[in-house]
Amino acid sequence: MEILVCARRVPDTSENEITLNAEGNDIERDELVYSVNEADNYAVEEALRIRDRFGGTVTVVTVGGEEDEEVLRRQLAMGANQAALLSDDGFSGSDGRGIATILKGFVQKGHYDLILTGVQAEDGAAQVGGMLAAMLDYPFASLVNSISVENDKLIVSREIEGGNKEINEIELPCVLAIQTGINEPRYVGMRGIRQVASVPIPTLGASDLGVNPATVGAQVAKVKRIDYFVPTLDSGAEMLHGSREENAEKIIELVAAKGGLK
Amino acid sequence: MARSLLLTIHILGILCFAYIVAKRLAPLARAERDLRFDHPLTRIGKVFKFWLGQWRHPRYKFAGTTHILIFSGFILLAARAFFVLIVGVNQDFVMPGLSGRIGHLYDIVTDYAATVVFLCMAIAAIRRLVFKPARYAVPAKYGKGHTADAIFLLGLIAILMVADSLFAASHSLQGPPVETLATLSLPWMLQIALASSSLATISAFGFAAYLIHELAFYFLLCYRPFGIQFHVETSLFSIYFAKLERGTLKPVRWGISDDRLDQVKSFGVKKFEDFTWKHVLDFYSCADCGRCADNCPANAAGRPLAPRFLTTKAREYAFQHYPVFGKANNGKPLIGNVYSEDEIWSCTTCGACEEECPLLIEYIDKVVDLRRGMIDDGNVPQSLQRPMKALESRGNPYGKMEKKRGDWTKSPEFQNNCDVKILDGKRTADTLYFVDSITSYDDRMQSIGRSTSRILDHIGEDFGVLGPAEKDSGHDVRRFGEEMLFLALRDHNIDAVKASGAKRIVTADPHAYNAWRHDYKDVPPVEHISQVIARGVNAGKIQFNQIANEEKVFVYHDPCYLGRHNQIYDDPRTVLDAIPGLKRVEMTRSRDRSFCCGGGGLMLFYEPKEEQRMGVLRVRMAAEAAANVIVTACPFCMVNLEDAIKVAGMEGKMSVIDLTELVDKHIMRGSCTETQKLEEAATCGG
Repeated sequence: MEILVCARRVPDTSENEITLNAEGNDIERDELVYSVNEADNYAVEEALRIRDRFGGTVTVVTVGGEEDEEVLRRQLAMGANQAALLSDDGFSGSDGRGIATILKGFVQKGHYDLILTGVQAEDGAAQVGGMLAAMLDYPFASLVNSISVENDKLIVSREIEGGNKEINEIELPCVLAIQTGINEPRYVGMRGIRQVASVPIPTLGASDLGVNPATVGAQVAKVKRIDYFVPTLDSGAEMLHGSREENAEKIIELVAAKGGLK
Repeated sequence: MARSLLLTIHILGILCFAYIVAKRLAPLARAERDLRFDHPLTRIGKVFKFWLGQWRHPRYKFAGTTHILIFSGFILLAARAFFVLIVGVNQDFVMPGLSGRIGHLYDIVTDYAATVVFLCMAIAAIRRLVFKPARYAVPAKYGKGHTADAIFLLGLIAILMVADSLFAASHSLQGPPVETLATLSLPWMLQIALASSSLATISAFGFAAYLIHELAFYFLLCYRPFGIQFHVETSLFSIYFAKLERGTLKPVRWGISDDRLDQVKSFGVKKFEDFTWKHVLDFYSCADCGRCADNCPANAAGRPLAPRFLTTKAREYAFQHYPVFGKANNGKPLIGNVYSEDEIWSCTTCGACEEECPLLIEYIDKVVDLRRGMIDDGNVPQSLQRPMKALESRGNPYGKMEKKRGDWTKSPEFQNNCDVKILDGKRTADTLYFVDSITSYDDRMQSIGRSTSRILDHIGEDFGVLGPAEKDSGHDVRRFGEEMLFLALRDHNIDAVKASGAKRIVTADPHAYNAWRHDYKDVPPVEHISQVIARGVNAGKIQFNQIANEEKVFVYHDPCYLGRHNQIYDDPRTVLDAIPGLKRVEMTRSRDRSFCCGGGGLMLFYEPKEEQRMGVLRVRMAAEAAANVIVTACPFCMVNLEDAIKVAGMEGKMSVIDLTELVDKHIMRGSCTETQKLEEAATCGG
């Protein structure tokens, strides 16, 4: 099976202290460290597992700049067969639709049976997967937390409210947005990355992809970030002052009241 | 006729043994390199101490003493066994050097030796069958028990002793009546029993005894390589080739320098042949005495790990994989077939097993090599991936900002009375205080950093810290098998220290101490703060105020990487005993038998499968020793023990304090302003 995974490089929320810049219209980016978007990492792992069982190749693609190559390098180290960087000056400032348009260009250059994205980027809007599927006229399933291959169809389960699962049959080729927790992604250390240091990663621009520059980029973006909002710290905490046992009971009661226990 | 029969037995026995040993050696030849041929004198010294001297056996008084008696008996009887073997073929043979009076004396000694060994067999069998010491038990998940095998071997040795004695008795009755057998020895008793028999009967008994002796001897010789008694042959070599330096780890591949590691195709141990030949030898040598597992904190806490079974499972696998009859079959990956992942991640590398093993079998290197293999395959628990990634990008496992690493020095109340220099090129100092990640970033542990600084300040040390230029020492990154990440952290720190111009390093973190002392090469000398304080105490530079609360009973908990791995047991105790009025007790498990708190570094992130926390077991041990304050000298011990006190519900009854905090609190300050400032800035305390 030929699998394409769309991945993205994001500021790692666990390793950064995210603060607003002086203007308040973006986050302070000077000292950020980045990693592959968590859900995308699960998507790559899932792709590798499917490939290892059923054969084929895994290609990882990202839209971005030179600095985004590190994400592709990490996914190659995980075991992806090839990677491509979609980069063009005209791409910058694209909204979700623009990104989907660029990805569509790449998809149409190859023959992919299955396209995976993460369910959403940590700094994103969970829209590219669905848009890409619509543009390609492929079936789409989101919040996918298990995949099994049945001939030319997939049986996928989707996470729905309350921890329940919905089981779907979906025809190939299709686009799936992968939920975190679908698997346990393998570890990639410095050694793995160094071993793929010399693997070439082609950079493709608008003309390589056959993407009309007038359909992507900041100029045509219809969704634009205008501000950031950081919630203010409030004193909404309820302190429990009983004994350990009393507190434990009270916590169970509270969690149950909010629907967290059944 | 008899002679040729005996000669045939000899030849067959020896050929059979040679064949089996050759088969057993085959995996060693296919195993990885291990450079153990250096320092012959030191190694011979080890053989004298640990093999001939049986140094570690008395740590278990009863079993140890029994073993020493059996071992001495075997050593004494070795020459006689050789003599007996030859005398069957050549009756006139006399052992060189054992003629006349010396020979007679030797006979008396060996008569007793055979008797003692025989009695020891009985004692050992009774222990195994009646008293059943818990450490011999084999839980079903680790395989079958070895009691039947042990009893069988004990029985064979007992038969050997009786046959030997019977032969001696009949030999004596048939020979010239000049020599007497040793009074009350087994041969002496058998001689009395046989004395009234006819010469023909005695002769028949003698021949039968000889035949049984031969058969038992060769059977044992050829049977031992199949089980727990192979150590009789291999222990000498295991001890000669034992690891010489504590606290160190084996390289990824012997003979491959760090800068050539990129050329190594596969890291660590994935299949059996990835072990080094010494490690395979270790597998053969294990006598399955269970002392390692008996002392293993992971085993005590119910984690799925007991060092003993790491060895015996590998041995059983080796025996199947390289059978004595037939060809070696295809190997399987060790993880998933012989070992479980949890088993290998459960080890805290505390070293209790290695400290105890009478045969100096190594465990930490094997565990780390197995982890290297798993890391190389990307097979790492999710709980460890995040801290490892953070160590790669931020130089600490918490993912905190590099620039905040020195922030603990900047709290105003602390900075007022102790200005810690950040050695960033603008400021320099002779001594570098290497803080490491946990003390830099953890709110509670920062108190250790401040106390350490105040102590260094008090003794007039010109010191500073690297601040943002410091990264995690990587000590436990390496012990979790992530060698490349460790090397990156190490190289960064070495460069940072060189750039700082510091001439010596002090740290309050035993893991960092061990890294600088053993894992880093060509670096300035390093000391743990307890050594610095002890020196200050001995030189009279540090004096203490009286302990205020007389109800406090202190107990010192030896951190593994200060104690066992670096042999610093006395300095912290010297410091404690110098505080006037301090009442101190010892736990049963102290010094080299200290019980790990639960492990440091990445072990804080790992979610083990366990029945209870090691730390809870440890604080209970402190309570048993009638202590109410545990003093330790390691931030990781502090985390684990403080958590354990809460888990055990012992808050208010037990507390933990770091040695530096206790010293800082009781140090007699020169000027009254210094004391005043400190009272204002009082941290927590005991």
